[in-house]
Amino acid sequence: MRLCLLALLSHWRRHPLQGASILTGLWLATALWTGVQALNSQARADYARASAVLATPAQAQVLPRQGQYLAQADYVTLRRAGWAVTPLLEGRLRLPGEAGGTLQVIGIEPLSLPAGSQVAGQPGEGVDLLAFIGKPGQAWIAPDTRQRLGLPLGETMPLSEGLQLPPLVEQAQLAPGVVVVDIAQAQALLQVPEQMSRLLLAGTAEPTLPAELADRLRVQPAEGADDLQRLTDSFHLNLTALGLLAFIVGLFIVHAAIGLALEQRRALLRTLRACGVGLATLLAALTLELGLFAVLSGVLGVASGYLIASLLLADVSASLRGLYGAEVAGQLSLPAIWWLAGVAISLLGALLAGLSSLVRAARLPLLALAQPQAWRQAQSRWLRGQALLALGLLVLAAICWGLGDSLVSAFVLMASLLLAAALLLPALLDGALALLARRCRGPLSEWFIADSRQQLPALSLALMALLLALAASVGVGSMTQGFRLTFSGWLDQRLAADLYVSAPNTTQTQLVMDALAAQPGVEALLPNWTLDTRLQGWPVQLQGIVDDPHYREGWPLLEQQADAWAQLAAGQGVMLSEQLARRLNLRLGERLTLPAPSGEQALPVVALYADYGNPKGQALVAADWLRRAWPEATLGSLAVHLAPSRGEAVQAWLEAAYADAGVRVIDQAGLKAWSNQVFERTFAATAALNSLTLGVAGIALFISLLTLGHSRLGQLAPLWALGLGRRQLAGLSLGQTLLLAGLTVLLAMPLGVLLAYCLVAVVNVQAFGWRLPLYIFPGQLLNLAALGLCSSLLAASGPLWQLARRQPADLLRTFAHER
Amino acid sequence: MLVVENLHKSFVTAQGHLAVLRGIDLTLEAGVSLALMGESGSGKSTLLHLLAGLERADSGRILVEGVALADRREADLARWRREGIGLVFQQYNLISSLDVAANLAFQARLAGRYDPAWVTHLAERLGLQALLTRYPEQLSGGQQQRVAIGRALASRPPLLLADEPTGSLDEASSEAVLALLLQLVGELGCSLLMVTHSERLAARLDRRLVLHHGRVAAVSE
Repeated sequence: MRLCLLALLSHWRRHPLQGASILTGLWLATALWTGVQALNSQARADYARASAVLATPAQAQVLPRQGQYLAQADYVTLRRAGWAVTPLLEGRLRLPGEAGGTLQVIGIEPLSLPAGSQVAGQPGEGVDLLAFIGKPGQAWIAPDTRQRLGLPLGETMPLSEGLQLPPLVEQAQLAPGVVVVDIAQAQALLQVPEQMSRLLLAGTAEPTLPAELADRLRVQPAEGADDLQRLTDSFHLNLTALGLLAFIVGLFIVHAAIGLALEQRRALLRTLRACGVGLATLLAALTLELGLFAVLSGVLGVASGYLIASLLLADVSASLRGLYGAEVAGQLSLPAIWWLAGVAISLLGALLAGLSSLVRAARLPLLALAQPQAWRQAQSRWLRGQALLALGLLVLAAICWGLGDSLVSAFVLMASLLLAAALLLPALLDGALALLARRCRGPLSEWFIADSRQQLPALSLALMALLLALAASVGVGSMTQGFRLTFSGWLDQRLAADLYVSAPNTTQTQLVMDALAAQPGVEALLPNWTLDTRLQGWPVQLQGIVDDPHYREGWPLLEQQADAWAQLAAGQGVMLSEQLARRLNLRLGERLTLPAPSGEQALPVVALYADYGNPKGQALVAADWLRRAWPEATLGSLAVHLAPSRGEAVQAWLEAAYADAGVRVIDQAGLKAWSNQVFERTFAATAALNSLTLGVAGIALFISLLTLGHSRLGQLAPLWALGLGRRQLAGLSLGQTLLLAGLTVLLAMPLGVLLAYCLVAVVNVQAFGWRLPLYIFPGQLLNLAALGLCSSLLAASGPLWQLARRQPADLLRTFAHER
Repeated sequence: MLVVENLHKSFVTAQGHLAVLRGIDLTLEAGVSLALMGESGSGKSTLLHLLAGLERADSGRILVEGVALADRREADLARWRREGIGLVFQQYNLISSLDVAANLAFQARLAGRYDPAWVTHLAERLGLQALLTRYPEQLSGGQQQRVAIGRALASRPPLLLADEPTGSLDEASSEAVLALLLQLVGELGCSLLMVTHSERLAARLDRRLVLHHGRVAAVSE
C-alpha cells in the first residue's frame, strides 16, 4: 500500500500544476462555502442572543394604548392587583463624541422576573441583585459591542447632560449593540422618569385588564415564531445559494483536474496492476491520496473562509440592519468545530468531485493506452446521459415554475435551470463545433475544429464553471441594476416632501405641526399616523394619511381601482403594500379584515403599491378612520411641503426651536442619500460573493488550460514539425480557447437574462414579497462578455507563453516523452 | 541537391557542454537513397533534425539547391519543412484529432500540393483504404507507420527524411514497410535519407554513412 501510494504521489512531482489545481479547487470551494456559513451562523447566533436578552416564560404582554410608554403607576396597580408582570423599558442612547454611535438600552426589573426567566442567557435567579440594582449599579454589555465602541470595562461612563452609564460588566451571551441596566437607571438614561415600554405577562393566559386601566393599556396576545429569524431567512437563503454555487464551481476545478490526472496515469495504473497491486489496494491508495488533498485544502479553506467572512461581515451587518433592523456583531468567532466541519466539507467535495474518476479507475481497460479520441467518444456517451439528465432538470424547473409557491421551490427552479444549462453545455458546444466542421475547407481549419472537439472533454468542466459564473453575474447584476433603477425612481416619487420631521410622541408632533403651520412658506403638512399590529402572524404597520393632492400625484401605485384615493380618504378603502398583499393573499377588490379594539373592521383593497426594502407589511388608511378605529394610533412624523427655496430656513428654524425636544429633521436629499447608501450596502455582500464566484470560474479555466497546456504540446509538436511556425501554433491555440470561451459566453448571456427574470419575478417575490420589472442592460452584458473573454484570454496566455517561448529542442523532446 | 559541410552541433546538459556533431560532411544527390547509421548517441537523429530545419547548427553549412538553411528565418524553415521535405518519425507523430484520410492529406494540403488521385493511390499502395475513417489510436503500430509514410509522400517532397521508420515494428513488418517505402520513393524520384540501426535494411539503400561520436566514420556505396 505504501509503495503504491508513493508511486501514485510521484505523479504530482512531474505535474505539480495538476496537484495545485486540485488543492486550489478544494481550497476555494471550502473557503467560499465556509465563509458564507460563518456569516450565516454568526448572524443567526446573534439573533438567538437578541431573543435571549430577556427570555421569560411570559408570552403575552401589556402595552400602552397610546404613545410609546405606559406609566409606572399602572404597573404598580397591576402588581397590587396580583398580576405577575415584569416591566421593560427600551430606547436608544447616543454615545458622546463624533463617532459615538448608539446603543439599545433595555431596562429590566430583576425582582419581578418570573421564575425560570433568563437574562442574557443566564438564569434570572443567578443575577447579583445588590450589584445590579444598587449604587452605582451595573450595565451589562456584550464583549464584542464593548470592544467595537471602545468602552472601558468596570468604570462608569459619563454621557451628556450629567448622565452616566453604570460600570460596564461583560455578558458573553448578550446581543450585540445592547446594554441592559436596572429599569430605574434606564429611566434616567432615556430621560423618561416613571415610564415603561411594556409589561411582560407570565404564562400564556390573557386576563382582562381592570376597568380603570383598560382605556390606557391593552393586552397583546402571545406571538408565534421569532420575527427576526423569520424575516431574515430569505436573506440567508440567498447567501447560502451563492455559497453553494461557488462551492459547485470550485468542485468543477477539482473534478477536471482529477479526471485529467487519471487519464495521464493510466500507464502507471496499468504498471502497478501488472506488478501485482490489487484493485482494492489501488482504489484505497487513490482514495487516500484524495483524502490528503482534502484535509490540506480543508484547513486552508477554513482559514481563508473566515478571512472572507470577516471582510464581508461589515457589509452583511449593514444589509441586515438596513433590511431588517437586525443587529449583527462586527466580529466573527472561530470555534474548533468549524475546523472539523471545513475539513469534512472538503472531504465531501473531494469525494463528490473524484467519485466518477474512482469508478472509472475501477473499470478502466488497463491494457489500453491513453486514447484521446476514445476519451472523446466515451465522453459522447456521457454527453447523451448528461443531456437526458438536463432534460429531466428542465422538467423539474417547469414544475417549480408552474406549481411552486415558496422560496425553496424558487431556488430549486433556479438551481435546476443552471444545472441543466451546465450539463447541456458540452453537448451544445460539441454540436456547434460539428456544424462548424462541415463548413471547414482548409487543412488547418479542419484540424482547428477537430482538435477543439478533442479538447472539449478536458475543458468542459471549466467551461461549465465559466457558464455558471457568468450567468449568475448577468442575473444578479441585472437584478441589482434593475432594482437600483426601480428603487431610485420609486424614491423620487415617494420622497416628494421637502422635509421629514419626527418627534418622540403624538403631543410633541402635534405641537411641531401647529408651529409649522404658522411658518411662512409651508405649503402642506402631511401628518403620518401609525399603529403596529399583526395580521396572520406578520408584523404590519397601519399608516393613517390625510387627503392631500400630494399623495394622489406623487404616491406610485402598482394597481388601483377607479377613485382609489377618494375611497381611501372617505375611510372606505385600504391600500396595501405589495408584499403585504402577497403574504395575505389579497387582490384588488377583496376585503381586508383588521382587528380593531372596538371589533373587527373590514375594508376593500382599493390599490397596491410598492414598498421596497420594508420587511414589515404596510397598509394605508385614512388618518381619521385609523384614529377612530384605534385611538392608540400615534403621530410620530410629518412630511412638510414648502415653497421653493424655503427648505433651509425652515429646517434651521425647526432645529433651533426643537433640538432639545428630541425632534429630528431631515431634508429630502439627505433621506434619499441615506436610503441609497442602505441600498448599496445591502447588495455589497451579494456583489462581492458574485465576483468571487466569477474569479473562481476564471481560475478553473486557467488551471484547466494550464494543466492541458503541457499535454497539448504533444499534440502541437507534429504540426510544428510538418511546417507550422510557433507563432502560428500559438495563434491557433489561442483561437481555440477563444472559440470555446466565446461560444460559452454567447450561451451564458441568454441564460443570465433568464436567471435575472427568475430572480425578479420569482425569487424576489417569494423572498421579499415584491416583484420588479425585468431590465436588460446591453452595456452590462457586453462588459461581462468582455470580462469572460478576457479571463479566458488571460487563462490561455500562460500555456501560450510557454509554447511561444519553447525552444525547438523542447518541442522535439515531446516526441520522445509525450507520445 | 543536398550538401552538408563541416556541420557542428552541441547541447548544454546537466553534465556540461555535449558535442554531438563534430564536423560532418555529406552530399546527397537527387533520387539517391542514403542510410544513416551508427550507435546510439552518435548523432544520427540530431543530423536528421538539422537537415529538417527542426534545429539550427552551431557552425557549418547545410546547402539545399545551393541555398544555406542556416540563413533562413523561422518562417522560411517552416516552409522548408512544409514544402521541401517529407518527415517520417519512429513514433509516427500522427495528429490524433484527425482521421486517417485527413492525416494522409494534411501536409499536402498545407503545402498547397494536394492531389486527390495521388493520395488515393498512396492509400491503396499502403493498404489504408479500409482504414480511412479511423483515428490513429485505433490503428496498430504498422498501420500508423504506413499512414505516416503516406502523409510524408503525399506532398511529393523532393527529399524524404525518415528517423528509424521501422524501429518499432517486427522484422517482417519492417521489411514490408521498407519495400513499400522504397517503391514509392522510386515512383516519386525523390531522395531518401533514412536513419536505421539495421544492416539488413541499410543494405537495400544506395549508400550508407556511418557516424561515430559525431564524426563520419565510414561511407560506402
